[in-house]
Amino acid sequence: MSRPSTEDRVLGVLRWTVITVAVLVTAGPLLYGFLLSLRPFQSVVSEPLDLFPSLDEITLEAYPTAMAEYGLGGNMWNSLQVALATAGLAILFSVLGAYAAVRLRFFGRNTVNVVFLGVYLLPGIVLAVPLFVLLSRVGLTGTLVGLVFVYVAQTVPVALYMLRTYLMAVPSSVEEAAMIDGCGRLALIRRVVLPLALPGVAATALYVFMIAWNEYLFALLFLVADRERWTVSLGIAQLTEFSVPTTVLMAGSIAITVPVVAGFFLAQRLLVTGLTSGAEKG
Amino acid sequence: MSEGAPTATAAPPDPAPPAPQRESRGRRALTISQREDLHGRLLVSPTVIVVLLFAVLPFLAVVLFAFLDVRLVDIPRLYIDNLEFTGENVAAVWGSPRFWSAATTTVIYAASSSAGAVLVGLAVGLALRRPFRGRGVIRALVLIPYVLPVVAAATIWKTLLNPGYGLVNAVGTEWLGWAEPIAFLTTTSRDLGPFAVPVALLCVIAFEVWKTFPLAFLFITARLQVVPEDIEEAAQIDGAGKTRIFRHLLLPELAGVMALLAVLRFLWSFQNFNDIYLLTGGAGGTEVLAVRVYSELVVRANIGTASATGLLMTGMLLFVVALYAWMIKREKA
Repeated sequence: MSRPSTEDRVLGVLRWTVITVAVLVTAGPLLYGFLLSLRPFQSVVSEPLDLFPSLDEITLEAYPTAMAEYGLGGNMWNSLQVALATAGLAILFSVLGAYAAVRLRFFGRNTVNVVFLGVYLLPGIVLAVPLFVLLSRVGLTGTLVGLVFVYVAQTVPVALYMLRTYLMAVPSSVEEAAMIDGCGRLALIRRVVLPLALPGVAATALYVFMIAWNEYLFALLFLVADRERWTVSLGIAQLTEFSVPTTVLMAGSIAITVPVVAGFFLAQRLLVTGLTSGAEKG
Repeated sequence: MSEGAPTATAAPPDPAPPAPQRESRGRRALTISQREDLHGRLLVSPTVIVVLLFAVLPFLAVVLFAFLDVRLVDIPRLYIDNLEFTGENVAAVWGSPRFWSAATTTVIYAASSSAGAVLVGLAVGLALRRPFRGRGVIRALVLIPYVLPVVAAATIWKTLLNPGYGLVNAVGTEWLGWAEPIAFLTTTSRDLGPFAVPVALLCVIAFEVWKTFPLAFLFITARLQVVPEDIEEAAQIDGAGKTRIFRHLLLPELAGVMALLAVLRFLWSFQNFNDIYLLTGGAGGTEVLAVRVYSELVVRANIGTASATGLLMTGMLLFVVALYAWMIKREKA
């Protein structure tokens, strides 16, 4: 009977090793970046092993420097506009599309699904070449509008797919009742379907927002020539090419991470409420 | 922004237009299924238009450009009626050793990072399977790499690995007795005993595993939650150890989701541009196909060869997808 117990003991130790290493490795770099952003650059260079800054050493100087002097504040504003517009348009399109895909039988429904799946699998870098050419042909490179449309096209298929699951959970009897009461299709989507699927819609919107906020490749291709229009991801990546103090880069990295992490936890909460409110029907 | 125009196209017409009423009283102009058909098409049309314009059309353009002699400077004079077709781009790319070395690097990169992500995801998923105090917090922390913006993650990693003041080199030289700091992201290979270790490639693979294993972890955790418990309990009562339970009960249950994850991760890593470009810029033996497409386009300003490289890359991806589909089909038959 001794074998299982040794086995259990070894596995128990292994289990906690895995958990400890996983936490260190996943949360560690972010914490490292945050701690560096609080220290003066000189002390980072001379004492790279002093991870935790002493109290009198802590400075928030890197944040305003990154935002104002290196222009990341303006870049963030660009990113915010792009990400909000992308999320808004993608949700608008995908709510309509997902409703049709779930509730309506129409010609070409299956073809549309296959095409969307295909788009999802196409490499972004491959699409980037012709998009760069076509958009510069019509004069949309160097504009945030062009970027928004590219992002919408990249995210709508996923958003539509996510929303389909949430919309399927809306009982169709409610919709039928509204229709009998003389509700038109669009009003039905806005007044009945959307409120019932709101947690899922919000979570999808956050997801799209995050993709647009984090995106780098298309921003690099379309906007690199025009510093005024840089998104914040592009801004930070470009700064690493110059001899900008690491502390400033870390401050910028933490600053772009905060909205994403906040959004992520918000989405999780939304999804949990959404799931439990669905489960209550039993 | 330009939200006005697409919204207008998104609005389906009023369900009861006045015209048919005048024509025939009492009879509906459209049957319910006809109306459903119309509404369905109208509602998906904005999505379809955007996807056609910004994804399908560009893809067709890649195929076209791959067979055109066209450079970036030619764009303003590019018209449909003065296109010159040539097979040279594809031939040049196919015959270039750099393309094939990039292809090899890409396959190594995609295969090892997808396998790594699935295995690490499995290990963490199993370790966090049984509840304990603080598990929720740890689960959330483990997801950090996945939600971190790629630029922020790459910048932090570059700092960590920096030869001058990075933590890894500081620990290595101060505590582990390294003779000198290692320039991790630019070193192509380094002799370690009898082996030549591809340092930079290993770093970008580690970064990809780090960034993507949380997704595998999430999927595997979700699958673990629906594994029926009674069989496991029965096996335990019969004296099966944990490793045996894992091998004979859990692994068969998880095999499907792990295979799917491995394939998806392979497809995504295969086309990854951001992570490698941000970390190494393609230096140190990390030039993958995506980086080649970019440098053909931006550095050499050659749309033709960039498109040809992209087209061949897509072909390889389709091959993998077809292979997977074929294997699934055979398994079901």
